Amino acid sequence: MAKTFLNWPVLRQLTGSDVLGRGAAAKSARSEELTARTSTADRVARSVCPYCAVGCGQRIYVKDEQIVQIEGDPDSPISRGRLCPKGSASKNLLTSPMRQTTVRYRRPYGTEWEELDLDTAMEMIADRVVSTRRETWQDEDEDGHRVRRTMGIASLGGATLDNEENYLIKKLFTALGAIQIENQARI
Amino acid sequence: MAEAHPVGFQWVVEAMNRGATVIHVDPRFTRTSALADEYVPLRAGTDIAFLGGIINYVLTHELDFREYVLAYTNAASIISEDFQDTDDLEGLFSGFNRETRTYDETSWQYAGREDHAEPAQETKQERQTAQPLQHESHGISLQDEPPRDDTLQHPNCVYQILKRHYARYTPEMVAETCGVPVEQFLEVCRAWTENSGRDRTTALVYSVGWTQHSVGVQYIRAGAILQLLLGNMGRPGGGILALRGHASIQGSTDIPTLFNLLPGYLVMPNPADHGSFREWIEDMGGGAGAKGFWANAEAYGVNLLKAYWGEKATADNDFCFDYLPRITGDHGTYRSVLDMIDGKVKGYFLLGQNPAVGSAHGKAQRLGMANLDWLVVRDLFEIESASFWKNSPEVETGEIVPEECATEVFLLPAAGHAEKEGTFTQTQRMLQWREKALEPPGDCRSELWFFYHLGRMVRERLAGSTDARDRPVLDLAWDYPVDGPHEEPSAEAVLREINGYEVATGRPLASFTEMRTDGSTLGGCWIYTGVFADGVNQAARRKPGSEQGPVALEWGWVWPANRRILYNRASADPEGRPWSERKAYVWWDEEQGRWTGHDVPDFEVAKSPSYRAPAGASGVEALSGDDAFIMMGDGKGALFVPQGLLDGPLPTHYEPVESLFRNPLYAQQANPTRLEYRREENRMNPGGADAHTDVFPFVFTTSRLTEHHTAGGMSRYLQYLSELQPEMFVEVSPALAEERGLEHLGWCHVVTARAAIEGRVMVTERLRPLRVEGRTVHQAWLPYHWGSGGMVTGDSANDLLGIVLDPNVLIQESKVGTCDVRSGRRPRGQALLDLVAEYRRRAGLVGATYPPVLTTGKGTEQ
Repeated sequence: MAKTFLNWPVLRQLTGSDVLGRGAAAKSARSEELTARTSTADRVARSVCPYCAVGCGQRIYVKDEQIVQIEGDPDSPISRGRLCPKGSASKNLLTSPMRQTTVRYRRPYGTEWEELDLDTAMEMIADRVVSTRRETWQDEDEDGHRVRRTMGIASLGGATLDNEENYLIKKLFTALGAIQIENQARI
Repeated sequence: MAEAHPVGFQWVVEAMNRGATVIHVDPRFTRTSALADEYVPLRAGTDIAFLGGIINYVLTHELDFREYVLAYTNAASIISEDFQDTDDLEGLFSGFNRETRTYDETSWQYAGREDHAEPAQETKQERQTAQPLQHESHGISLQDEPPRDDTLQHPNCVYQILKRHYARYTPEMVAETCGVPVEQFLEVCRAWTENSGRDRTTALVYSVGWTQHSVGVQYIRAGAILQLLLGNMGRPGGGILALRGHASIQGSTDIPTLFNLLPGYLVMPNPADHGSFREWIEDMGGGAGAKGFWANAEAYGVNLLKAYWGEKATADNDFCFDYLPRITGDHGTYRSVLDMIDGKVKGYFLLGQNPAVGSAHGKAQRLGMANLDWLVVRDLFEIESASFWKNSPEVETGEIVPEECATEVFLLPAAGHAEKEGTFTQTQRMLQWREKALEPPGDCRSELWFFYHLGRMVRERLAGSTDARDRPVLDLAWDYPVDGPHEEPSAEAVLREINGYEVATGRPLASFTEMRTDGSTLGGCWIYTGVFADGVNQAARRKPGSEQGPVALEWGWVWPANRRILYNRASADPEGRPWSERKAYVWWDEEQGRWTGHDVPDFEVAKSPSYRAPAGASGVEALSGDDAFIMMGDGKGALFVPQGLLDGPLPTHYEPVESLFRNPLYAQQANPTRLEYRREENRMNPGGADAHTDVFPFVFTTSRLTEHHTAGGMSRYLQYLSELQPEMFVEVSPALAEERGLEHLGWCHVVTARAAIEGRVMVTERLRPLRVEGRTVHQAWLPYHWGSGGMVTGDSANDLLGIVLDPNVLIQESKVGTCDVRSGRRPRGQALLDLVAEYRRRAGLVGATYPPVLTTGKGTEQ
């Protein structure tokens, strides 16, 4: 009993060398057995926080093909290992129970979502792009200017995406003649 | 900054620890205010009056950094004698046409260069196409040196014009307009000027709420004038730093998903100005005899077209210039949404953006989506823009009936940042490569996957077509290598194309100066050339910060040419010596005959400070050894902007469109050139010059909380963040709470001519009533993160806003409006519509009449 009493962390902190209570004084048999998820991960990817434009470095730890932890990257001269509440929660961005992982489809006049497989959805979207483009095509505008475009298709969004993605989006839409292509930079 | 960009703010704290003074100017008290040395609340929408007051202080006391100003700005340049200022014209500049509400810029030009102005009839077109966004990066186009007076005494030199223009922005006027007491204002003036000059620099940091005003571009311009006058541009610790809010919003501007731009700030052609390839190049600054780096616009244009249409793009067919679709006016997101309501737009893609919550006038956004044929939403979650047909406020009021709404909706799950590889460009133009940590789950896919395969499938459907309209699609260079179980295209191959390479050998270009006009090279975004120099993905470099100096040139890659501070030639004096030991950054090494220093010099590396451009020189050769602002045609930082701004060459205080006050400085009330959409669903509350301003007696502004992200699509669906900030609220001062009977933590609702929304009341002394023009003005503040989806739900603040745009860049005024605040929850269903209709009626917002935009008789009829 005396032994247990003497083993109280606060007593160890006051009497031992770890006066700040951040080392040996705070350890227990249980904490001795714990290992950080970061040390048992299969691999780590060097990444960047997806929220604001500061561009904080992240290290993403993966074990058994699951993300087990996201930490700030201490090597980053921008962030020096720090993450804000959003960056610290970014594992939850990917693992949230609300995350959509299947296609959802709402037919015209529908009152509920329906399931749809991805390949079918892609075929349907490609069909609609082709037909809407055909139906709304303008070789010339009202003033007789040659414009070669469709005003029937618009797109919005890009600031959360990669440069490579924005590049392909603009390239494809430009070739299709869709010009109403916008993103968060306009707002 | 501490609120919305907390990790960036660590450097401000670091500076404070070394003795820096931090001043925070904001209508709302934030985590930044809590740490700042001085917090200066001001009336929302009066920043130009505030900054104009500081400019006046600098000029009155001659506190400008004269040597810098003379050498590196256009202070000494002489403006046309036909120029007339706002003092003479009640708030308008010379050249104003009352019918088109546009300016003829002829009288704003440098003396003797009046023919350089854009023809007057084109400025309306420019407003419609946001062309100043082009000028933002292209600068003034000039073919010779403008006349100068180095004594700065000539009455029409820029310095004297500036002095006269801001003379009425006295400390007393600032106090009257902004609600900032004279003594506090003077303290800011003293701190800013005393900390600027040879030995010291001051940084101006803004967040992009600054751009969300009907005079947003001129806000930034006012900051630029001040920072140029004080010698704070192109120098360490100085500058104007925009804190942008999305991980790659800089990248999506550089490689734009924007209607009026092509990659690298090349312009989308319009038939009026760009009938031919040659006209397109010349309009971008690539004409014969043009000065500066835009003189090479032909190389940039050819390389982009070549990247788009590959071997089909040849010199004989102008590299398929004809394949580019043409813009003919305003095709911005707000115009498109109104066109959806009018049934003109049929199909809509939403790519990680949630306009039902995030864009101004949420109701217009949702009614637009409810009138489409089809909508594709690509997101991580079922955001409001995907589910508007079943749970939006309009379903509650009966304005959208699911059984009657024909929009077909595809919600496709997207891959998250860890589940794909690629680059983000952060707010200081730095590209950082992200490694892929793991495969995305289920049907989740990257945009790279979606668009590559969509393009492939559309091309399959059009294969064999003989229709000319399908040539641009079929001839497109669209053969990226794919890999893995889902046939994911290679992001690195795309980045390689963006960087550019030699067509014959595939050798990546090291610099955009290697781009050729004959089709032997291609490159998708000239300003990004170098990110793949030596065949190495430079954006993936991760040499630890601790192993590098403070500039950390080996972490990521910054455009252009890995340069960290733009225009850093200005960190040295005209002779090329550092302005001071303390502020040494780049300098001329006489022995080696080259520029050197801590950063990549933003200058031709071997061009001596003493170099003087020979008469008749063109292109980069025409820039002299002390022309630090190399993207400007005259090599000078523009205090006065002769070309490219649609609302005037100098920032001028106009009231917000919705304002409780008359403009105290001029008869002209609000920006006379603003873009309005006058439609029944887009009624604006009365402005200070109109009747019935008492119906909406309070000012409101909106902004962010640390724990949420913009429209909430990346935060309200997360457990931790939802728990940290669980509920929509409206922050008010005790005085306003008293006046309206609001109870802390009780409910209130906020009403405008568009909507009424509710939230919990938060009564704090952080919001202070201000004294403006002898009256007390109450300001309310709302976060704009909530909607009907997610783990925590609430009304959307952006529903309160109408749509009125800055004429230069077509960004909405969403950081200031007027409102009423009432106790209790808002009504439901039809009663909600009735409440808003009643407010409109009381405010006189009925029928086909709208208040006048022009509130002065000046300007000319056509």
